[in-house]
Amino acid sequence: MPVLARWIEAAGIPTVVVTMMPAVAQERRAPRIVGVEFPFGHPFGVPGDKAMQRQVLELALRVLAGAGSFGTRVDVDIEWPVPLREAYKSWQPKEASPIVKKLLSTSRPTNSEPSA
Amino acid sequence: MIVDSYRFLPRSFRPLYEGRGPFAGEEAPVWAPFDKRLAASRIALLTSAGLYLESSQQPFDSRREQDHPEWGDPSWRSIPAAAGASDIGVTHLHINDEDIRADPEIALPARLLEQLVAERVVGSATPEHISVMGYQDRSLDGWRRQTLPELVALVRDRQADGLILAPA
Repeated sequence: MPVLARWIEAAGIPTVVVTMMPAVAQERRAPRIVGVEFPFGHPFGVPGDKAMQRQVLELALRVLAGAGSFGTRVDVDIEWPVPLREAYKSWQPKEASPIVKKLLSTSRPTNSEPSA
Repeated sequence: MIVDSYRFLPRSFRPLYEGRGPFAGEEAPVWAPFDKRLAASRIALLTSAGLYLESSQQPFDSRREQDHPEWGDPSWRSIPAAAGASDIGVTHLHINDEDIRADPEIALPARLLEQLVAERVVGSATPEHISVMGYQDRSLDGWRRQTLPELVALVRDRQADGLILAPA
């Protein structure tokens, strides 16, 4: 996703990436980044929590429109309201993804990332 | 406050992401200045949660991914801003999609963006937003050759001044 953002930015369209892995977006050289410490699948927050979703979207808009330079990163100061162990388990698919099954069966390095 | 990027990631996955640096050829800064005021700007959204319209669009191709685990469907879908939870399906084999099905706004906050338009925080929103499926072949070749030119053409055609991308 950070690379897709780079390509779209290079076409002249300003972008911001709202991501659970802002450190990775930085490494991949995304132009503007908003970090959230949320489980995967939840970049704008808890289902039904409009206030939380608004806080993230408004920050994304501010960074999109107001960042002054390449590589700007601002993180959202919200703690996920579910205990870590439970949240860690609940974001994961009930059945392991094909690449994870393959990794587990071979235990060899792969050239693909398990999720983006 | 600095987000821990690996808090929810299984420990064994961390080396697949951390310290790998930029992709080859993607080291240089890229920058398109955002010139307008937000209240005079049109904004588009992009999610990689694999959303599609159940009534009129094909799901992303999960069957081929089952057979070829290092492949991910590089196609994209246009999601109308007015689409709600009952209209939207999800194809993404790497996350539990129950919460997104219950409230797609956690991945694609189109209605919330419309609310900010009504409040004049944002000038306008594009009438539809973009959905891709985030798990891709590491080369991103399908996105680069097929999806990118189509997305850029769409965003330009809809005269969006900026794009918010949210990986799932």
